[in-house]
Amino acid sequence: MSTATIAKPQAEQPGKGSRRVSLPVLLLIIAGVLVLTSVVRLVTGAHGITSTGQMSTALRLAVPIGLAGLGGLWAERSGVVNIGLEGMMILGTWFGAWAGYQWGPWVGVVFGIIGGALGAVLHAIATVTFNVNHIVSGVAINILALGTTRYLSKFTFENVPQGSSKQSPPIDSLGTFDIPGLSGWLDTLNTKHWFLVSDIAGLLGGLITNLSPLTVVAIALVPLSWWVLWRTAFGLRLRSCGENPVAAESLGVNVYKYKYIAVIISGGFAGLGGAFLSIVASNVYLDGQTAGRGYIGLAAMIFGNWMPGGLALGAGLFGYTDSLNLRGGTTNVHALILLLAILLVFGAAYLVWRKKLVPAVITAVVSAGMFAWYLGTHEVPKQVVTATPYIVTLLVLSLSAQHLRMPKADGQPYRKGQGK
Amino acid sequence: MKKFDKERVLLAVAGPVIALVAAILLTSVVLIASGKSPIEPYTLMLEQASYSDVQVLIINQASMYYLAALAVAVGFRMNLFNIGVDGQYRLAAMMTAVVGAHLALPSFLQIPTLLLVGMLTGALWAGVAGLLKVTRGVSEVVATIMLNAIATSLIGYLTLKDVWGVQVGNNMTTGTMKESGWVSGIDLGSDVGQIYGLVFLAVAMGVVYWIVLNRTRFGFDLRATGESESAAAASGVDAKKMVLTAMLISGAVAGLSGLPLLLGDAHTYSLSFPTGLGFTGITIALLGRNNPVGIAFAALLIAFLDKASPALDYATPVAYEKEIATIMQGLIVFAVVISYEAVRQWGLRRQQKQVGAELAAAAAQNNVQKKEVAA
Repeated sequence: MSTATIAKPQAEQPGKGSRRVSLPVLLLIIAGVLVLTSVVRLVTGAHGITSTGQMSTALRLAVPIGLAGLGGLWAERSGVVNIGLEGMMILGTWFGAWAGYQWGPWVGVVFGIIGGALGAVLHAIATVTFNVNHIVSGVAINILALGTTRYLSKFTFENVPQGSSKQSPPIDSLGTFDIPGLSGWLDTLNTKHWFLVSDIAGLLGGLITNLSPLTVVAIALVPLSWWVLWRTAFGLRLRSCGENPVAAESLGVNVYKYKYIAVIISGGFAGLGGAFLSIVASNVYLDGQTAGRGYIGLAAMIFGNWMPGGLALGAGLFGYTDSLNLRGGTTNVHALILLLAILLVFGAAYLVWRKKLVPAVITAVVSAGMFAWYLGTHEVPKQVVTATPYIVTLLVLSLSAQHLRMPKADGQPYRKGQGK
Repeated sequence: MKKFDKERVLLAVAGPVIALVAAILLTSVVLIASGKSPIEPYTLMLEQASYSDVQVLIINQASMYYLAALAVAVGFRMNLFNIGVDGQYRLAAMMTAVVGAHLALPSFLQIPTLLLVGMLTGALWAGVAGLLKVTRGVSEVVATIMLNAIATSLIGYLTLKDVWGVQVGNNMTTGTMKESGWVSGIDLGSDVGQIYGLVFLAVAMGVVYWIVLNRTRFGFDLRATGESESAAAASGVDAKKMVLTAMLISGAVAGLSGLPLLLGDAHTYSLSFPTGLGFTGITIALLGRNNPVGIAFAALLIAFLDKASPALDYATPVAYEKEIATIMQGLIVFAVVISYEAVRQWGLRRQQKQVGAELAAAAAQNNVQKKEVAA
């Protein structure tokens, strides 16, 4: 008996190792993409794709997506699918702005978190207590949040100066800061357009230029979430509710309590993401400000395989493609077509090596099409730029979805004592 | 054997009724909290519904909601969540409008062609999500959300002036459709308006939905796969094929849902074409419990909220915010799903009790018999 149970995991070990991407391989891939990007930048002359400004914008756009993704992570790790993130973000933008213009931006941040958490309480009551289908409840929250904030705006923002039923009065800024010396130095290095060096300078410079204190908080929340969820007893219990609630219950974990806590924290994160949008990214609440970022956050989390690190990478990717919208998108996306075509060539070569000929041919044909598109045009239509984040999401998911593993009991109904 | 169980009917009706009452009560709480009369908005809206021009608006709107909700319901029966109905119907309406503006066939050919174009476009767009799900394992929820956003960009591109767009004033349109593709409705006079001809298509689709799901083998397989994929697979159903087929059908029906307005009234796709139909469709499918008759009532209810609420903004002497209707919609969904679940639990407990009582009675009888034998 005992030998069999010990032998089993050992036998599985090598298979597991080859499927999972180890850290050196990941770093190598990132370095490879960076070199390729640099080459593409020099060939196309689209220096914008790795400029400090671009990276800084990308970071600002990635933060709300990442926060929504973290919210999704907390909820789904406890076994509750949270598609209501979008609605909780909407509540966050409104509450953040409402408190922010009256009592200062930091109070706004706190109220944003509370607003998101309020939506989450509703989600928790529906999904945990009443076992309602998680997606249905989430969709309902999204409708309700939209209606509620519009309704409330008519009572609050419409009657104050500089406000209207679709917009709040301006909120004071939280301020921004650079790292003195280093930011300027990296920026000059970036504008030299050297091979690779300037790209890395742009990337690093973007991360430390024009920083909002809330951005720093948001970035710190990624490792913090990892530490709490994977290195504390509380986190272990919470994750056990998402993997096997019946087993957790048998060990004395109050599954309902942990699910409630997780969903409410999830809403708090989404609300913080919303508050970031209305307080930092712009300085007013606008109707429709979230523009589906809650959903993209969810996609970033799935892309990141329900892990904080992968989620941050996903959020960065979406933030970057989104930032192309604001800064010279039509030429920059055009340059990225070349990058994608080159990446597809590598993909085709890999598939040939793995002796998967049919997918290899398809990949090669798509790659050739991309090259033709790149050579035949000088810039892409604006609409391609707006669609880029979503197309990238779909592409990345279709390439990676089969390697992903969600928490085992994610989205499953659970009743206390169901395992008896 | 099948005897009429009064309590079961009561259970079926109890869900929606409890939900509606709860939603109305909660909305009243919101109204009181914002210092308004908790009753007057309802009377104002009911008064609106008594005008025949508003009634025509409600019926027209409901026909579109009905088709969108059927599209969602086909997916639901199979445990598929097609959130992409929104993108599917907008893209389908736009493509239909473009074809309608450039193709000129006699009416009896033109109209079926246009319907087919709408269905194919919708099916194509939903098929992308279906294909990604069965071949690459991408969740259809995320895929369809992304496809909604991509559809918006695609429509923006295709209605550009140098593609298929025609500028009319400040509005980008796809040009006016040829008159042979217009579907005339029932004209009730100039001050009342016209009921779209395709309202009847919506009704027909409801009947087809019921027959296909409840009276064909395909429908049985579909529902079986929705209940338990592994059980269906064991009885020889190809689950992947079912997922793809269900997605295609859902998309095709979604493609039809914008057409009553397009062929009946607008005759062109423009920036002012309604959006968000797909999301309302989800609400309606839930409210109607995926049942064709239930969905019809739900569609009428939501269309009523939509078309009667704008008058609240202009009410005298006290104006109300029409957004209260949106809040009410959200509350209705919540109340509906929670009350359905509660009623289901209650029904289960009742069934358990009944079975328990019957077993106990049988056991008691057995005991009596045994005693008699022993005696």
